[in-house]
Amino acid sequence: MNFRDIAWFKYSSPASFYFLAGKMIPWFWAAAAVFAVAGLYIGFFVAPTDFQQGEAYRIIFIHVPAAWMSMFLYVVMAGWAGIGLAFNTRLSSMMATALAPTGALFTFLALWTGSLWGKPMWGTWWVWDARLTSELILLFLYIGFMSLQAAIDDPRRADRAGAVLALVGVVNVPIIYFSVKWWNTLHQGASISLMQAPTMAATMLTGMLVMALACWMYSIAVALMRVRCIIVERERHAQWVSEMRGQLK
Amino acid sequence: MLEMLRWVIRRDLVLAMRRRSDVLTTLFFFIIVVSLFPLGVGPEMNLLRTMAPGVVWVAALLASMLSLGRLFSSDYLDGTLEQMLLAPQPLSIVVLGKVAAHWLVSGVPLVVMAPVLGLQYDLAADALLILTASLVLGTPVLSMIGAIGAALTLGLRGGGVLVSLLVLPLYIPVLIFGAGAVEASASGLGAEAYLSLLAAFLVGALVLTPWATSAALRISLD
Repeated sequence: MNFRDIAWFKYSSPASFYFLAGKMIPWFWAAAAVFAVAGLYIGFFVAPTDFQQGEAYRIIFIHVPAAWMSMFLYVVMAGWAGIGLAFNTRLSSMMATALAPTGALFTFLALWTGSLWGKPMWGTWWVWDARLTSELILLFLYIGFMSLQAAIDDPRRADRAGAVLALVGVVNVPIIYFSVKWWNTLHQGASISLMQAPTMAATMLTGMLVMALACWMYSIAVALMRVRCIIVERERHAQWVSEMRGQLK
Repeated sequence: MLEMLRWVIRRDLVLAMRRRSDVLTTLFFFIIVVSLFPLGVGPEMNLLRTMAPGVVWVAALLASMLSLGRLFSSDYLDGTLEQMLLAPQPLSIVVLGKVAAHWLVSGVPLVVMAPVLGLQYDLAADALLILTASLVLGTPVLSMIGAIGAALTLGLRGGGVLVSLLVLPLYIPVLIFGAGAVEASASGLGAEAYLSLLAAFLVGALVLTPWATSAALRISLD
């Protein structure tokens, strides 16, 4: 197949992407549902009870995927925002805007499930552990991104200002992570390790990976739904939107 | 280019000196915040001595953040900033000059005042020295990172609160190593590693932030 025959840029136009996204969303929802059912089944019925942590460890089947997604989505968001800033493509910036709430949701979920796990394991809801602290700061970064975009009325300016902030954040995330880690080792009060069981049973790992896939599919489906809303909102004066509205009537 | 840099710094310093009360407000905010903590937690000297570096650093963070509003807004309102954007010299030079002036006006007074406030907390002489050194290295980084936030929120409603939301999470590494330097020297570990890291932040910020700030300014003034 000749590379040039592919219409690379066809779906970078919001109008054609809108319909493509509409076709893809049910598939991603279905995949998310299948993976979630399979992952939860493995997590609750197949995976053995941990001999140290009892049943409470089962929260990792949502906690670890949420934590992974929270960090991964920030990088993806900043990547889209950067592409939007560099090439001035509207759709990339819209993707970045659409991803931010999902990323913030997963960050919050990771913090919440983490503290639910921490109470029976460590006997406390919150410790100033390096990972917890940097996850909290990640939540602040997401909130900063969303509130900056919400404060700017002009959508193009909001896109680009958000992009600069997201890129500055991406440069800062490793610095923040390591500084928090060193700060934590210096202050180490109670010696707590997240890695209590270094060798994990294979079924536990499988359950976690399947749940991670479910979270991926969920994020894609939700981001596409949100980006469709953003497209219609911003393109409401365009010809194709009014045509579509005419068909709906 | 150096000519431009010197011109911007001088101009901003002259403007700041014409309105001294702005400078003093920031300084007194810093002093008041630091003095409030003993009233809140009690006058026990051992507790205060361990808290001192963190309190002084957090207060410096807040004071530096509150003064960010002055960095670009008055030039933005009277149109000077737009003329600076049109100047043939690179915008990052202008930004660097403005940030340098901002630090001289709002950062240096904090550095000068910090040892006196440290005495209130019964810090030893060498700890005071390290505290001042960490502030000398750290407060310019605060001004430079803050400039990005100030540029992004230029002319927005509720900009002042928004700046704190954007900028404070990015300040965290500076806070950790700034306060950590004093604690490390107090516990006998030596503060060189912390001060070196702060200096590294300073160099990194000097290279990267003027560029990001000018990108943000161009977006805001579009």
